[in-house]
Amino acid sequence: MAEAKKVREDALAVPRRRFEKVNEIIARHGKSASALIPILQEVQEEYRYLPEEILTYVAMVMDLPPSTVYGVATFYVQFSLEPKGKYVIKICDGTACHVRGSDPVKEAIRKRVGLKNEKHTTDDLRFTVETVSCLGACGLAPVVMINDQIYGQMTPDAINVILDKILEEEGDVK
Amino acid sequence: MKIDSRETLNTMGKTWKEGFAKETARILVCAGTGCVANGSLQVYEALKAEVQRRNAYVSVEMLLEEGQSGTTIVKSGCHGFCEMGPLVRLEPGGILYIKVSKDDATDIVTALLEGKGPVERLLYKHPVTGEIYAEESNIPFYKHQTRTVLQHCGVIDPEDIREYIAEGGYQALAKVLHEMSPADVCQEVIDSGLRGRGGGGFPTGRKWEATRISEGEKKYVVCNGDEGDPGAFMDRSVMEGDPHKVLEGMAIAGYAVGADEGYIYVRAEYPLAVQRLETAIKQALEMGLLGENILGTGFNFRIKIKEGAGAFVCGEETALLASIEGERGMPRPKPPFPAQSGLWGKPTLINNVETFANVPKVINDGAKVFRKSGTAKSPGTKTFALTGQVANTGLIEVPMGITLRDIVYEIGGGLRNGKRFKAVQIGGPSGGCLTEQHMDMELDFDSLLSVGAMIGSGGLVVTNEDTCMVEFARYFMNFTQNESCGKCVPCREGTKRMLEMLQRAVDGEGRPEDVEILEDLAEAVKDGSLCGLGKTAPNPVLSMLKYFKDEYVAHVVDKRCPAGVCKALLGYSIDPESCKGCSKCSRVCPVGAITGEIKKPYRIDSEKCIKCGACVSSCPFKAIKEG
Repeated sequence: MAEAKKVREDALAVPRRRFEKVNEIIARHGKSASALIPILQEVQEEYRYLPEEILTYVAMVMDLPPSTVYGVATFYVQFSLEPKGKYVIKICDGTACHVRGSDPVKEAIRKRVGLKNEKHTTDDLRFTVETVSCLGACGLAPVVMINDQIYGQMTPDAINVILDKILEEEGDVK
Repeated sequence: MKIDSRETLNTMGKTWKEGFAKETARILVCAGTGCVANGSLQVYEALKAEVQRRNAYVSVEMLLEEGQSGTTIVKSGCHGFCEMGPLVRLEPGGILYIKVSKDDATDIVTALLEGKGPVERLLYKHPVTGEIYAEESNIPFYKHQTRTVLQHCGVIDPEDIREYIAEGGYQALAKVLHEMSPADVCQEVIDSGLRGRGGGGFPTGRKWEATRISEGEKKYVVCNGDEGDPGAFMDRSVMEGDPHKVLEGMAIAGYAVGADEGYIYVRAEYPLAVQRLETAIKQALEMGLLGENILGTGFNFRIKIKEGAGAFVCGEETALLASIEGERGMPRPKPPFPAQSGLWGKPTLINNVETFANVPKVINDGAKVFRKSGTAKSPGTKTFALTGQVANTGLIEVPMGITLRDIVYEIGGGLRNGKRFKAVQIGGPSGGCLTEQHMDMELDFDSLLSVGAMIGSGGLVVTNEDTCMVEFARYFMNFTQNESCGKCVPCREGTKRMLEMLQRAVDGEGRPEDVEILEDLAEAVKDGSLCGLGKTAPNPVLSMLKYFKDEYVAHVVDKRCPAGVCKALLGYSIDPESCKGCSKCSRVCPVGAITGEIKKPYRIDSEKCIKCGACVSSCPFKAIKEG
């Protein structure tokens, strides 16, 4: 028993320094199972995604099977196991947005930021483009959310103006 | 300031009401999600600066604490008329300005302070009759509504508990704590006939009574704010616009069932609602309207917020409880019902946001008065999110029993751009469609079920002749398929197969025998799934097959999309009457599919046509038709 404890402590010693921020988050929420989702939410806010080694570390610290933590992390769409871009662009595809043409808007965005095939994030980690089922701003359909800012009554032209501005701020001359 | 007794609540309510009465004018700027997106916060700043510049401004603090009078400016919750935002309302008079920009501030303030009457260009103008409306309540969109749950939305500042108290807030809580036993409260709610507003329409009072009589020291009250239905935002508006009403309803429920702890589960996509609720909880705790020994009665009740992480299935009550406990949000078999064994195995009452928001009214007015609106079996009002191809979109509240015609034509103002009405999709991915034949049916929980639809959480999406109902059904099936948690095989696999068949139909590869398989499978998914998500997932498809079978048949047999939406099925033809034989189309056609003789009608070879549409835009006589 004592040996197992020592192995565990040794295993924890290194990451403890590396995962200072994670420790702080866990300390704030406590180690009860019900705190897992809020903890993962904050971790994701910090790292912009959930790195695998952090999931394993969280499981170890919270004394949960890694499968449980992984199960939760893959169940909810908010969580991402891949790094997300600096600008997360969410295209609402709720019913109201869908019937008012969210699809052409999505295509325009993907084209503008240069995303092809099944990819969601650009290679330079600047843009992540994803669809969400409803942002609850149906009166302004179709709606696009870039980070925390909502843009309503979008058209392919309108979204291009917004993206041009972002690209300009990014120092991208196009 | 602590409100530690019913007397103090009454005194403070009166004092603050008198304080607010000292306003010479009040400017309310909508700060709901929709208006904020349209720039209402800049409008707020501009108006405030303008009123201050004219030395007419008074802060709520100076108004209430020092008895000064003047013009106040506050941020309100959602009015529901989001499309017309940013909205600004003026009191007295209830004048509503629409599509206000920060550059309008000077004109608005000048007209207000100099008593010049409203600024005409900012008033709502009827798109058809051209009539101009100054007062919010006269605008047809509002005139035909009955706003009780939404009575404060857009009228008070949701971030100031004093306004809620001045409007009679927390009186219902005081009443139950002082005058009623928990059993009385449950009985009152049973007598009111209030039914769950989250979709199913289960009698609320029976849930309360079941939780009350459940044995256990520890019980919980949970508010379901996981409004996942695409196209619905009623709960968001209530949480953002009148958060204290929800808290009061929950506290009353806590007393009735014997719980001292409550949770509000809010979708991750609603950051503003979370923030407003946090503020409201903090203020209620500070005043002693939540916390320990509420109003000196010894009743304790605390509320915590749980943010969802994006899973539609968490709107199902047992899945929601699993999510609060930190697990994957997968439904659990019932029984045991949450009333017997819910959160952490304890008796738990779980109701929707709008249901809790109805409770203070039930208690204040009594069950009898509550039953006066709505229908005998579905009393009260219901909020709906009216969206889609209708002239006025937004959040509405109407008595149960209203007809679809009144909603679409009186409130919604008819269809946009003079298009023809096709159907209303009600209840989102769990619901079905209502067509022309249902226009005069009284809408309530039971009448909708009888025609294969359901109120669901209350999304009403209006479609017109340009909407392809097969594609629409595919859209919903794609949604439920994505959101199926995977626990039950019929739902996990069945929805996948149904989606494949619908996808084939819109891709032009549909098979005639699919109709029967689709119907069979729909029944299997309905019968074999554990929770509401699976049980109702086939509804949109069944409803489409029931009312628009001809469209489906057109897709799979004739390989044609009557609405002209499904790209794979589009074809072009030249109308020989309008064609002048100018040859323009044949010259732009990249594959040489168009042939003919000059000055005689041309024709398109559908075998060669790649459906690029280049000919349509080239034709000067509009002779080329799609579809």
